[in-house]
Amino acid sequence: MLDAILQSHYIQSLPSLMVGLGMTLFITIIGLILGFVLGAFAGLGRLSKNKWINGICSVYVEVVRGTPILAQVLFIYMVVSEQYLGFNIDKVIAAILAITINAGAYIAEIVRGAVHSIDKGQHEAGRTIGLTQNQTMRYIIWPQAIKRMIPPLGNQFIISLKDTSLFSVIAVGELLYMGRQYYNVTFAYFETLLMVCLLYLAITIPTSLILRRIERKLDV
Amino acid sequence: MSNMITVHDLRKSFGSLEVLKGIDAEVKESEVVCVIGPSGSGKSTFLRCLNLLEEITSGSVEIDGEQLTDPSTDINKLRTKVGMVFQHFNLFPHMTVLDNITLGPIKVKELTKEEAEKEALPLLDKVGLSDKADVYPESLSGGQKQRVAIARALAMNPAVMLFDEPTSALDPELVGDVLEVMKSLAKEGMTMVVVTHEMGFAKEVGDRVIFMDEGVIMEEGNPIQLFDNPQNPRTQSFLSKIL
Ligand SMILES: Nc1ncnc2c1ncn2[C@@H]1O[C@H](COP(=O)(O)OP(=O)(O)OP(=O)(O)O)[C@@H](O)[C@H]1O
Ligand SMILES: [Mg+2]
Repeated sequence: MLDAILQSHYIQSLPSLMVGLGMTLFITIIGLILGFVLGAFAGLGRLSKNKWINGICSVYVEVVRGTPILAQVLFIYMVVSEQYLGFNIDKVIAAILAITINAGAYIAEIVRGAVHSIDKGQHEAGRTIGLTQNQTMRYIIWPQAIKRMIPPLGNQFIISLKDTSLFSVIAVGELLYMGRQYYNVTFAYFETLLMVCLLYLAITIPTSLILRRIERKLDV
Repeated sequence: MSNMITVHDLRKSFGSLEVLKGIDAEVKESEVVCVIGPSGSGKSTFLRCLNLLEEITSGSVEIDGEQLTDPSTDINKLRTKVGMVFQHFNLFPHMTVLDNITLGPIKVKELTKEEAEKEALPLLDKVGLSDKADVYPESLSGGQKQRVAIARALAMNPAVMLFDEPTSALDPELVGDVLEVMKSLAKEGMTMVVVTHEMGFAKEVGDRVIFMDEGVIMEEGNPIQLFDNPQNPRTQSFLSKIL
């Protein structure tokens, strides 16, 4: 009995699926850290009074949000790297770049929304005691805004994590790709895909639960 | 005594809407001036022009000898001279009461944390909230919040204090404590411009009352005279409505 389970594709596929999951998490986490930096700049840029900064950031956000991420990654990998750079950038780097650029646009909106939601009086109170614009942002607006960003950022984590599955088209060894590799050899479609989905859920469901708790805590 | 604030032909427009239509006013050192007038008459805008929270469209404002509109004026430094208290307090909710008060001294006047706290504690005492140093604003009543806001403004050692309807968001039973603090400030010789409809306060503490309507000063004078014997028909009609 135990032997039958151990020999089943559910268990046999696991070692390579775990490697895939590791890659999925790696791309998601690095991509989101870089995406947060990019998004913070773009989000603040969209709040800027400078027409040029504001315009560039708005174009970036709208273009990324208006096109599918699959097209974006193919663009980065096939067009930019093969045709213009003349060499293939590493697939993993292309994938991280795609998450960074894609999530950066959504995070820009998260940042903008959070900063915008802070009462105007906070800014005025800061300026009134003589703080500069930058100091007001740093000590008053940003600490309050960042709390409001946590729930939507967690949500973005879940979205980006699932988006990494699209990188199987450029043969990045993430979770879904590793599953496909496995069932191509074994034809165990059901078992493999079930395990793939369970592994995604093993990350996304706890994340959701933690988020809900944080949200409840921030509300009071 | 010399002028602390001198305003000459101050105009302010929002787009095509002219809100201040040529204000001339002077406030002397240690004077307490109350500003009254109907909603939308430009009282807040006038006050906000005095520390450049609103950009001035034309005219001039001089505070403690410095021209606000002069490009060489360091506006951040000038703002530390002009304390402001808002109707809705605008305390920083993510900081304790003490941190609210010491933020400006530490970041702007570059005091150490210890120095800033040493100066802040007597201020908290002055507004009657010594025991609240370490709590967060959310646990305070409206009246307590406003007194913290006053202490926060005072921590910058301002030469002038501006108050924009400081008691109008408060439950009636909490108004008194805030007015008491303002009265004691006035007694100490603070120069104050107060937008308020607290007639009692204006009569007791105010040296002068300005009545604003439609972006101009319609009438000004000694509080008791202005309230009891207004000359301008607009003032008369306004006072008859709020009394
Ligand atoms: N940022 C702004 N943009 C456009 N219009 C504004 C702005 N701020 C004020 N106004 C307009 O300027 C006019 C004067 O407003 P202000 O707030 O100075 O009046 P107020 O006398 O303080 O009124 P209240 O007693 O209601 O506080 C109003 O018509 C208001 O709508
Ligand atoms: Mg007002």
